[in-house]
Amino acid sequence: MAYLEIRGVGKSYRRGASGTSAQSGRLAVLCDIDLAIDENEFVCIVGRSGSGKTTLISLIAGLLEPDRGEILLDGKIIEGPGPDRGVVFQNYSLLPWMNVFENVYLAVDAVAPDLAEAEKRERAEHYINLVNLSAAMKKMPRELSGGMRQRVAVARGLAMDPKVLLMDEPFSALDALTRGTLQEELARIWMETQKTVVMITNDIDEAILLADSIYTLTSGPGATLGPAVRVETPHPRSRAQLIDEPGYQGVRRETVNVLMSGRTRGATDSTVEKNYFIERRKH
Amino acid sequence: MEKRFDSAALFLPIMGISLVLMIWTGLSLKVAPDLPSPLRTWYESQNYILNPFFKDGEMNQGILRFAFLSLIRVAKGFLLAIAIGTPLGFLLGLSVNFHRAFDPVIQVLRPISPLAWLPLGLVIFKQSEPAALFTIALCAMWPTVINTAMGVRSIGTEYLNVGRVLKLSPLKKLTKIMIPATLPFMFTGYRLSLGMAWLVIVDAEMLTGSPGLGGFLWQEYNSLVYSHILLSVLAIGLIGFALDRLMSVVERRFKTA
Repeated sequence: MAYLEIRGVGKSYRRGASGTSAQSGRLAVLCDIDLAIDENEFVCIVGRSGSGKTTLISLIAGLLEPDRGEILLDGKIIEGPGPDRGVVFQNYSLLPWMNVFENVYLAVDAVAPDLAEAEKRERAEHYINLVNLSAAMKKMPRELSGGMRQRVAVARGLAMDPKVLLMDEPFSALDALTRGTLQEELARIWMETQKTVVMITNDIDEAILLADSIYTLTSGPGATLGPAVRVETPHPRSRAQLIDEPGYQGVRRETVNVLMSGRTRGATDSTVEKNYFIERRKH
Repeated sequence: MEKRFDSAALFLPIMGISLVLMIWTGLSLKVAPDLPSPLRTWYESQNYILNPFFKDGEMNQGILRFAFLSLIRVAKGFLLAIAIGTPLGFLLGLSVNFHRAFDPVIQVLRPISPLAWLPLGLVIFKQSEPAALFTIALCAMWPTVINTAMGVRSIGTEYLNVGRVLKLSPLKKLTKIMIPATLPFMFTGYRLSLGMAWLVIVDAEMLTGSPGLGGFLWQEYNSLVYSHILLSVLAIGLIGFALDRLMSVVERRFKTA
């Protein structure tokens, strides 16, 4: 049985007052989402903007409730948000009145209130070191660059020691160079911590660089997940190396095709799963 | 670009003040002969200004001594106002039902003048000092209530979501997220409330005859020493201005992000 399982989840929002059609009054954002993720797997969900990516991650986080279907983590149905699902938000969501250390410490203190003070401090410091920010421990978020803020958010997510780390387009607001660095650091951290990660992105190359499986979300409204594209290249991967891989263009083309083909509803349960074996080139 | 001394920044305010003094002089000469001119005001008031701390009976003291008495009274009323207004604002911001229940009451109480509250205070407390504090607090607390409520309502969902994901206890949520996020709004409210309290002090002291700038003003009006009215008015204005500057410095300190 899969570690994180989404079964037939659907979500709709009430249509705005401007909606003229009186049919249902609700706008379906996500339909029939089925997804099974194994422990320690890194999954990327790619979709165009407006396709309901953030809704999907909020559902897994428990910040939203599905209208239909259920989500199970480690065999238990999730009800509401909880620290077993760490979230790294798109806009960082650091508390601006706390410094870097305090932001991370808040998470440690929330999930492990019974630990000794010194132990909690040590744990917070450990995760700040992990994202290479030990020098900025006492800095306030407003003094940090976007990339550094997102590192803090990642440290905070990891400091909760969650079963799954959920990331909602974490690097989309960053410049290309910073994004590249952070992607490679995330890959390293993922290998060190062996967390299960679900990451939303609109960057196919980012997905190929990081993920074991890539799912595409068809364009909304009523978006659903397309077939999985598996990337079998062993970790750690580097951007430069991937470009030279013979299978890389194939994965890329396939993902783009699924993205562009519009609605592929129902394709999920048919077994169109594509496997791509990218052989690692010897250097 | 070289930074030059901005002579207009010095010259224009001096011109503005001179113009007002000229209009004042003109008024006292031509229109209202009972209004003391700026010069006469200075001659008749200089003892109060040059010996700001003298005391010659309850209602005859140096201007800073009076100001001090008024400030103490305002401070008490203001502290009472924010002690009641802050939690009230929080409740209004947090609970839709609480807001529905009490917003109409607040909207009706808010525009009531201090001159209307004071007699009621005297009826309730039978003494002038608590009645004055009651009036100051009742009139001054609304900006705090309204700004705090607005601040609570505008706490970003992203901050609240952090609290939800971490499953913070209600107390932690309040102290780590809600209060810090609302602080800038609260301090805007505090600044406006202090301004309000200072406005009300004159009314409160006039009607209760308490020693202070407002009480002095009213007494000197009754004794026909009109220059001292002007002295009190100017002192009230200057101190009010200073208080507002002071509070906006404090307010700016709490602007996060």
